[in-house]
Amino acid sequence: MKALILVGGFGTRLRPLTLTLPKPLVEFGNKRMILHQIEALAAAGVTDIVLAVNYRPEVMEKHLAEYEKQFGINITFSIETEPLGTAGPLKLAEKVLRKDDTPFFVLNSDVTCDYPFEQLAAFHKAHGDEGTIVVTKVEEPSKYGVIVHKPNHPSRIDRFVEKPVEFVGNRINAGMYILNTSVLDRIELRPTSIEQETFPAMVRDGQLHSFDLEGFWMDVGQPKDFLTGTCLYLSHLTKKGSKLLTTGKPYIYGGNVLIDPTAKIGENCRIGPNVTIGPNVVVGDGVRLQRCVLLENSKVKDHAWIKSTIVGWNSTVGRWARLENVTVLGDDVTIGDEIYVNGGSVLPHKSIKANVDVPAIIM
Amino acid sequence: MSLQIPHRGKTNGVSPSTKAVILVGGSSRGTRFRPLSLDVPKPLFDVAGHPIIWHCLTAIDKVPTIQDVYVIGYYEESVFRDFIKDASTEFPNLSIKYLREYQALGTAGGLYHFRDAILKGSPQHIFVLNSDVCCSFPLNEMLKMFREKDAEAVILGTRVSEEAASNFGCIVSDPHTRRVLHYVEKPESYISNLINCGVYLFSSDALFPSIRSAMKRRADRPARLYSYPSSDNLENSFIQTNDDDESRSNDGVIRLEQDILSDMADNKTFFVYETKDFWRQIKTAGSAVPANALYLQKAWQNNSEELAKPSANIIPPVFIHPTAHVDPTAKLGPNVSIGPRATVGAGVRIKESIVLEDAEIKHDACVLYSIIGWNSRVGAWARVEGTPVPVTSHQTSIIKNGVKVQAITILGKECGVGDEVRVQNCVCLPFKELKRDVANEVIM
Repeated sequence: MKALILVGGFGTRLRPLTLTLPKPLVEFGNKRMILHQIEALAAAGVTDIVLAVNYRPEVMEKHLAEYEKQFGINITFSIETEPLGTAGPLKLAEKVLRKDDTPFFVLNSDVTCDYPFEQLAAFHKAHGDEGTIVVTKVEEPSKYGVIVHKPNHPSRIDRFVEKPVEFVGNRINAGMYILNTSVLDRIELRPTSIEQETFPAMVRDGQLHSFDLEGFWMDVGQPKDFLTGTCLYLSHLTKKGSKLLTTGKPYIYGGNVLIDPTAKIGENCRIGPNVTIGPNVVVGDGVRLQRCVLLENSKVKDHAWIKSTIVGWNSTVGRWARLENVTVLGDDVTIGDEIYVNGGSVLPHKSIKANVDVPAIIM
Repeated sequence: MSLQIPHRGKTNGVSPSTKAVILVGGSSRGTRFRPLSLDVPKPLFDVAGHPIIWHCLTAIDKVPTIQDVYVIGYYEESVFRDFIKDASTEFPNLSIKYLREYQALGTAGGLYHFRDAILKGSPQHIFVLNSDVCCSFPLNEMLKMFREKDAEAVILGTRVSEEAASNFGCIVSDPHTRRVLHYVEKPESYISNLINCGVYLFSSDALFPSIRSAMKRRADRPARLYSYPSSDNLENSFIQTNDDDESRSNDGVIRLEQDILSDMADNKTFFVYETKDFWRQIKTAGSAVPANALYLQKAWQNNSEELAKPSANIIPPVFIHPTAHVDPTAKLGPNVSIGPRATVGAGVRIKESIVLEDAEIKHDACVLYSIIGWNSRVGAWARVEGTPVPVTSHQTSIIKNGVKVQAITILGKECGVGDEVRVQNCVCLPFKELKRDVANEVIM
């Protein structure tokens, strides 16, 4: 089987992290975002993956070559010279996707969930029509495009209602699909939207079904959602009883704590809930961490207090510093001792020596 | 070998006798020092480990010719009883008495009211110190100038920024002779950046007659036109007079600053001693933090034995009361005072702050530019924070997002800050529990 991952552009919404690494390589739950997807696809029997990108960072090729070897799969780049929307990239990658007659997966690189590719393929095969969209239940459907089914049919889609005023349903497009190769005949090589053009046409022909996603789902394309998505992912690991999580240590507080084995934790810390600590991170004594992500090689000095914050690679947080309210530190940022940062987005290689009292971008 | 007895006026007829008066005001006047003055009268508030007024006495004690010290104010007698008892033991060479005004008489009015007590023993000179200033009180230097110039009055002056000057009494002096040529209290326009420090030395022969003539002038003049009207501030002076109508119509209220000094500049041999050392007013509660810092720095320069020994976790100057308990992993300083029986937990950081009696700071908390009130508790990983004000500034408020807020965070008596809670630029009245983050507020 084959898959296409829509990566797109530079991931500007996830800056300042994406000033250093392309978004698919940013670690989510101590694992690069793209690796979560590649693992799940490979496990479902996918052998060929196309990354639809509109730039080609060398750093990505290096990592992907590694994954090709690791999983015994082929990964190719499909590079748009002009933006082709969400459907155009499929046409551009037609050669790979039409390699054989099996259906192919399409997924948005920003989405995190418990990827259900195997069940999705089985469901798709069972209904026999051209396409299946993964849908997820949301609390406030009025903010999204909602899916409405045919009367008396559990999965065949009747229509899409964009930002419904009145309740028509609570299932939305989760940004993951499985499509027959025949769908490629419906797409022209031009900037075109799969949601606005391809899917409505398939719906008119009664060829599109929905598949309910179990568990969590989040678009983690921006820092606030990246943190929320991390909480959901960690809760999911807890629910599964994952061995990845750290338990039984005196400093663990409230659970959902993922600590890389190479990280060092000082004495009298209180860590959790919902904390991810990357490789070679050093956490000093008396540190309080909650709802935060410490990326590789970062350092948190004694008595610091961190909440709702992403600490970038190689960054240092000073003693008695306090970071909160979706603060994001880019690569190699230094926060001075006793400094307070409230919702600061700090670009790489900056040193912060005065309080950031209100949310601000520190260039 | 005979013992050298310090020369005191009483025991040595050669040395002219000097007396000192400390003006302490009263509780109804200490409102700007709230919320701290709700529980302790401002003169008795501890900075650098001692009551504000104690720092005045220390300076007075260094003048060999002073024996009698009068504390004049309109607090009840009981307020100063314990302090005077303790101070009498600590300063055995001084005789300290509290003289209570039963009504506010003004700074000069109070002096005049108690003239018989003050003039008893015919002192030649009288020092008058306002208790709400923090400075090095160079009294001996003032006395030296007084004698050299054969003066009738010497005022302590200091230079401030031009912008700040109009908040104080401004002095124009002859740059060579240092004689005071002109004195204006809080002028509308810029007059001089040499300001009145609230510390004076008068000859007895000049002071009381001056007050008497001011009282006479007052009686002769219609109350409403008391001020110094000039063509461009007529309207303003009228309003001011109107505002103060009640006190103005009261014959007893005579203030040194408004009513005496200007007149002395015209009629007396009046000089200014300009100090280059530190000087601050202690008006608002927040001003206790810079005052604490300045007195601690002074104690540090004088190698005071009272201060905590510097170490990796003690950045001098730091005062820790002998009965306080500070965990060795806590990092303190600079400019920190820890009061009696206060406890400071492991991994705590305290900088530029005053922690008062019986307060508790739990582990890993951070206290910066703040005052932690008596018996108050700061939770683990909490952050209580004010904002530093420039050393040259005489303000204790700052503008944040267009709103004036207190620079120093103050917790009144028995307040509580929950674990991990952040309190920034707040003033918290006594007995409040802060369970959520707060910033830029007064918490009633």
